[in-house]
Amino acid sequence: MNHDIFIAILATAVTAGTPILYAALGEILTERAGILNLGVEGMMLVGAVCGFIIALNTANPWYGILIAMLAGGAVALIHALLTITLKANQVVSGLALTMFGTGLSGYIGKSYVGMPLPAPFHKIALPGLSNIPVIGPVFFNQDPMVYLSYILVAALWFLTFKTRSGLHLRAVGENPAAADSMGVNAFQIRYIYVVIGGMLAGIGGAYLSLYYVPSWMENITAGRGWIAVALVIFATWNPVNALWGSYLFGGIDALGFRLQTLNVNVSPYFLKMLPYIFTVVVLVLVTKRNMVKRIGSPQALGLPYDREER
Amino acid sequence: MILSSYTIEKRLAPSSTAFIFIPVLSIVLALIFGAVFLNLSGFNFIEIYTKMFTGAFGSYYGLTETIVRSIPLTITGLGVALAFRMQLWNIGGEGQLYMGAFAATWVALSFPSGSAWWLLPAMVLLSMLAGGLWALLPAIPKALWGVNEIITTLMLNYVAIFWVDYLVYGPWKDPNGFNFPLTAQFGPGAILPALGNSRIHAGLFFGIILAVLFYIVIYHTRWGYEIRVTGENPNSAKYAGMNTLKNIILVMVVSGAVCGLAGMSEVSGIGGRLQHGLSPGYGFTAIIVAWLSRLNPFAIIIVSFLLGGLQVGGYIVQTSGIPSSMVSMLQGMLLFFVLGGELLTNYRISKTPVTMSGVDNR
Repeated sequence: MNHDIFIAILATAVTAGTPILYAALGEILTERAGILNLGVEGMMLVGAVCGFIIALNTANPWYGILIAMLAGGAVALIHALLTITLKANQVVSGLALTMFGTGLSGYIGKSYVGMPLPAPFHKIALPGLSNIPVIGPVFFNQDPMVYLSYILVAALWFLTFKTRSGLHLRAVGENPAAADSMGVNAFQIRYIYVVIGGMLAGIGGAYLSLYYVPSWMENITAGRGWIAVALVIFATWNPVNALWGSYLFGGIDALGFRLQTLNVNVSPYFLKMLPYIFTVVVLVLVTKRNMVKRIGSPQALGLPYDREER
Repeated sequence: MILSSYTIEKRLAPSSTAFIFIPVLSIVLALIFGAVFLNLSGFNFIEIYTKMFTGAFGSYYGLTETIVRSIPLTITGLGVALAFRMQLWNIGGEGQLYMGAFAATWVALSFPSGSAWWLLPAMVLLSMLAGGLWALLPAIPKALWGVNEIITTLMLNYVAIFWVDYLVYGPWKDPNGFNFPLTAQFGPGAILPALGNSRIHAGLFFGIILAVLFYIVIYHTRWGYEIRVTGENPNSAKYAGMNTLKNIILVMVVSGAVCGLAGMSEVSGIGGRLQHGLSPGYGFTAIIVAWLSRLNPFAIIIVSFLLGGLQVGGYIVQTSGIPSSMVSMLQGMLLFFVLGGELLTNYRISKTPVTMSGVDNR
């Protein structure tokens, strides 16, 4: 493979990984607070369609991102209400959210299918940094949302592990009763991080419709929300691991796509299976590794917190 | 102060009134919210709902179509409900259905002139085997290392659908099919008999027989007892010496086999060929069916009928410009309300401050 194609694939891996990265970062925060939200796919779709409609009508992708964020947060609020206040089953509520989000996005996006976006995001080469061999063109000749994701990863890592709020977040996810008795409002914290998780998923979805594709079609996410959920386990609930993990998944995506254009003698349907098979295999390997290294999910993940039953 | 005197307390036993009341209330609430969406997008919801209802239940044709749709929903609903009983989240019903359809088609296309008495049983067997094996793939890592089965079963859906697409767009494409993504028509021996002049086929009996079997197995066998105990309290199952590892694999495989059968009944009962887009997400709707029925096999038949009607109604109003995705939106909302309503089943809201909660005055 020649050098230029190799660089191009790596750069595409970053672009293809970015929507998964945003969604996975959101899910990391949500799960750190002890709430499992399997509605990532649905929240991404709602973000993608709302972001697209707004960006189309305002001719400004930033407005699209903003609205996608709010829309993702709004649908996440349903999950928060059901699982935190009403103590509903988190698995089923998340699945309901995915179905609802898929339906809602298809419904409101119907008349926008296939429309071109007049002003998508554009690549901006960062002066200086983009001239570094290999690393430059791969990481620093990207669009603003990619740069924003670098900052976000650093900020969330700092928040989670180096601040008092992060300590509270982790405490609530590990043992809400203990956190509660220390004066940390477990309910409030869970609400906040479920909504933030939805906002980030919304941004991830909008990145697909505003840059990666850039257009709206039904089910534009094609399972990326689920890959993001798998990535959280892969990343052992650490934002920094999510960064390179998402590029790995993005790389498989990019590779499959590249192979299709190179006229390889493999059916495109098999190439399309790649990311999903890869996710299954990686999840199995990673779960085994986590078991050996005794890395587990947050202790209270998936369990409703009930003050009365303390 | 008045507000603060409302307290939510846990019921000692789930309310039985709520058991019936909540699904009904949920359907009503979902329809009300759906009406809001319809009105916001410029449709007259009364007109649309009337069309949907009469389309699904108001004519002989509509009613039979609703039953046709309810067949795969019942079968896959029972399949996933079995796994849910053990808190195993088989979200792969859709993929298992596709693999079942693939295996049944393979039998049918291999013996185009085979006779029904052995061909149909072979198709049933192979489809169940294929669905079961497809579920075995995620079951083994789940049982051995606790690998999250939600993600693995879901990912395998995509793989199964692309596999069928590969076949119907490629090697199995009907040469006389005007380039449509479908296989050649099955021989007469590979077709499930239909009921009268309707499209209702013998798959209906698969659903009914399976529901009875489900009931017997879950409530009247030792294995069913183990499934229920493991689902409700994995620790006590372990202390009681139940083999959870074996049960995870067995339950997943049976669950997948049942969903695979739904694939056979679709290709053999309707159309008589394998085609692209074989299922409009039956395996996913099955999750709603199972949960709305509270994993009760006979309720699954009734709920499948209602959701089958919703799908037929949704299909009919597409001519009025309603996107097909409205159905999955309504289904999602339905599940939200059912989940929210469960609080009322297991908790009660009392007006006075709770001082002696959980103590009954006998």
